[in-house]
Amino acid sequence: MGLVNPATENQADETTTVSAVSPNFVTTKLDFLTNWARSNSLWPMPFGTACCAIEFMATAASRFDLARFGMERMSFSPRQADVLICAGRLPFKLAPVIRRIWDQMPQPKWSISMGACASTGGIFDNYSMVQGIDTIIPVDVYVPGCPPRPEGLMYGILLLQKKIKGETITDDALREETLVGPSGLFLPPERVDELSEPFGNSVQQTRSS
Amino acid sequence: MQSQPVSPSIAALRSEFGAAIERHFVSSGQSVAYIARDHSHDVLAWLKDTPGQEYNYLTDVTAVDYRDPERPLEVVYQLRSLGRKDDLRLKVALDKRAPLEVRSVYDLWRGADWLEREVYDMFGITFVGHPDLRRILMWETYAEGYPLRKDFPLRGQFSRAEQTRQALAANPEAHYSLEELSIAEAYGELPKDVQERLARGERGFLK
Repeated sequence: MGLVNPATENQADETTTVSAVSPNFVTTKLDFLTNWARSNSLWPMPFGTACCAIEFMATAASRFDLARFGMERMSFSPRQADVLICAGRLPFKLAPVIRRIWDQMPQPKWSISMGACASTGGIFDNYSMVQGIDTIIPVDVYVPGCPPRPEGLMYGILLLQKKIKGETITDDALREETLVGPSGLFLPPERVDELSEPFGNSVQQTRSS
Repeated sequence: MQSQPVSPSIAALRSEFGAAIERHFVSSGQSVAYIARDHSHDVLAWLKDTPGQEYNYLTDVTAVDYRDPERPLEVVYQLRSLGRKDDLRLKVALDKRAPLEVRSVYDLWRGADWLEREVYDMFGITFVGHPDLRRILMWETYAEGYPLRKDFPLRGQFSRAEQTRQALAANPEAHYSLEELSIAEAYGELPKDVQERLARGERGFLK
């Protein structure tokens, strides 16, 4: 043994791995490295419209400390953001706004639908509210709750990190996104209607009264 | 049960305007007077400017549509005199078979600007003389009608897919001025071509 790493010199079992010989490089799979880097430096674009945004702020504050997951930088510009967190209900008037923010975010990008209203319309099954933001933009993780506790949102973020770690950069289809025809819709109209169907107590209310 | 005191303003209104004050009553201690549509502006101006009345603060303008389809729509003015610490509620009944029009009180209280826009947006009542009567809550091109009317279905007139399509096609910035978009102050610092595009009325990108 000509080379001796001072850090491991006194250890009983002398290792002969590459890192022991020269700590300046590692070998790994490209996918693993890319996903590791991406999932641990997610910069969120907060789209807070309601009470969920309060819980989101609590998640980012010191007690729950979102920075532990590499998300310490809130990106208030979509150009520098990786993950769109829609925290709160989305009225139809804001639909083109969130769509444009999503379009302005560079790939790779992900989105989290936080809370009942963003995910399904929640209690707002009325004329002015989008029945789930998945009719406007693609959604990766849905966080249930009204509003979700910070632990809930962090669990959703961990799920998203897990999802990112399962991706591969060779699959271009992961990043594909096409609009349906010239309508600007991201899903076919009948799918939007299906997703927006009333559920729970709402089914007792008829459309025309 | 003791009868609740009627605001002295009602008697003053009756002696001043006579038949233009259609009826009045007291509800939960609040005096309410119905005024004829054609005299609404005169009555409100008189209440604002006459010494002894001085209702100088317009708390709210709103409207009511009742379940009974025969019953007229009512525009409600809630007035307050800040000096005398007194309130008065005035209502104007609008027959649904006639055009839903009433004179704007923007010239009396500037605060009526957005209040009247909201009533126009939600009930479809036109305020004659309002300088900028546009929708304020729903977007400009909203085509489903007036949401707070009783004949408006809770989930809207169109299917969800159609509502989503129309909302996405709304291009909201196109309907706002530079001031409303909060970029008027930065206008001078923008590049020439961007200034020209904004001056032409271009907002954002059109799909």
